[in-house]
Amino acid sequence: MCLGIPGRIVEIDDNPLMRMGKVDFGGVIREVCLAYVPEAQVGDYVIVHVGFAISRIDEEEAQETLRLLAEMGLSVSDELEGGKER
Amino acid sequence: MGEKRPGNSCALCTSAVETFEKLRGLCALVVKSKMTVTTFTDSFRDPDAARALAEAIRARSTRPIRLMEFCGGHTHAILRYGIPSLLPETIDLRSGPGCPVCVTSATDLDRAITLAQVPRAILTTFGDMVRVPGSRASLSQAKAQGADVRVVYSPLDALQIARQNPDRPVIFLGVGFETTAPMVASAVVAAETEGVGNFYVFSTHKLTPPATRAILDAGEVALDGIIGPGHVTTVIGSEAWRFLPDDYTIPVAIAGFEPLDILRAILALVEMIEEGKPDVANAYARSVRPEGNPAAQQVMERVFEIADADWRGFGTVPASGLRLREEYARFDAGRAFPVEVEPAREPPGCRCGEILRGVLRPPDCPLFARACTPEHPVGPCMVSAEGACAAYYRYGNLERRTAHVEREM
Repeated sequence: MCLGIPGRIVEIDDNPLMRMGKVDFGGVIREVCLAYVPEAQVGDYVIVHVGFAISRIDEEEAQETLRLLAEMGLSVSDELEGGKER
Repeated sequence: MGEKRPGNSCALCTSAVETFEKLRGLCALVVKSKMTVTTFTDSFRDPDAARALAEAIRARSTRPIRLMEFCGGHTHAILRYGIPSLLPETIDLRSGPGCPVCVTSATDLDRAITLAQVPRAILTTFGDMVRVPGSRASLSQAKAQGADVRVVYSPLDALQIARQNPDRPVIFLGVGFETTAPMVASAVVAAETEGVGNFYVFSTHKLTPPATRAILDAGEVALDGIIGPGHVTTVIGSEAWRFLPDDYTIPVAIAGFEPLDILRAILALVEMIEEGKPDVANAYARSVRPEGNPAAQQVMERVFEIADADWRGFGTVPASGLRLREEYARFDAGRAFPVEVEPAREPPGCRCGEILRGVLRPPDCPLFARACTPEHPVGPCMVSAEGACAAYYRYGNLERRTAHVEREM
């Protein structure tokens, strides 16, 4: 029910009644309400739930998380290597 | 520790030949400079990183703990990606009440079915709702008998049906938590602004923190930590869960829906538990902010007020639901079309209520995978794709499930 799908904003219609836009979900383009992401611009990634964007994806946070994961993978590898030597 | 700048070559990748294959996958995660949609899905499914996280959890976890994933979407992802098989035996994952279709009471479903039978009415709702049995029938059975029941993707689609059918009452059966309630509120505001007079909402919307409190207050199942719902929390903000460390001294980690998101949350919980420092951890920071989404909160608060709500498996939970405010009473299907229903009956033998409270696991129910299957579901936990029973049936590893059951008996 709380499913959210990431997509990229390709068009914004600043309708005074409700901020709308078009979002590209990996090739499929759908109309999405952008009223809850007033800061989002064309090119931004958003998470969409039942036709509404609920957040603008923070790309820096995403990169940071992936970097931390990569680092952790390295440190775990180091530990495993160390374990073998001991 | 590692090369920090994406885009540069990763010196460590050229180190030990033995670790090269493992590292290559991980380095691929960070050198991507241009994001695509799949950056937010595939990168968070990387099997090498998952194994690394599982190793870290294994290394850190010393004592048996039980964690509850509140959200049905998490239950589904956990089983789909085989996360239990990656975790040490010390960690027991319990499903919670986070399947909105499942926690909708049979009485509310009976009311919705009666509303579908209002002359000339069109009842609209999300797909999962139509198959769930009330005490006597489901919405799909009501449809087979002539009621006009339509599945919509968005509450705005229901509003569009109302615009196109101005001489017929169009009722939207609103189910869902804080993630979904704002969208229904926005549809009501739009109906008000445009003067759409035949659009009504039957709100069974529910709030997640009060249900979490109800589980902890009941004390039926001892929990050491909570995996917080990622999209509910995108709306309400991670600080809305501060009561867990403050009032119950248990940690919460907000998780996204990819396997690495869930594993990161579990690692954060294990660390907080092992250190005895319960806190609110945000393992889904690319979407969740401490304050949540203010625009979504504002429209939800404008249209709805907090009320007691009936939950399947819980009964009435104080201040755990949303009803339309007096100012929006004319959009309230419950007030526009008062319907009386007989006291609801639960399906005999169905243990969905205990499963929603985390007291039982799906395989503990004598009907599970025998009398109750996705093709012939007895209760809502097997009907909804998000239901714990449906997820266990579809993805569960029977051996591990059996091992858990035996250990607990």
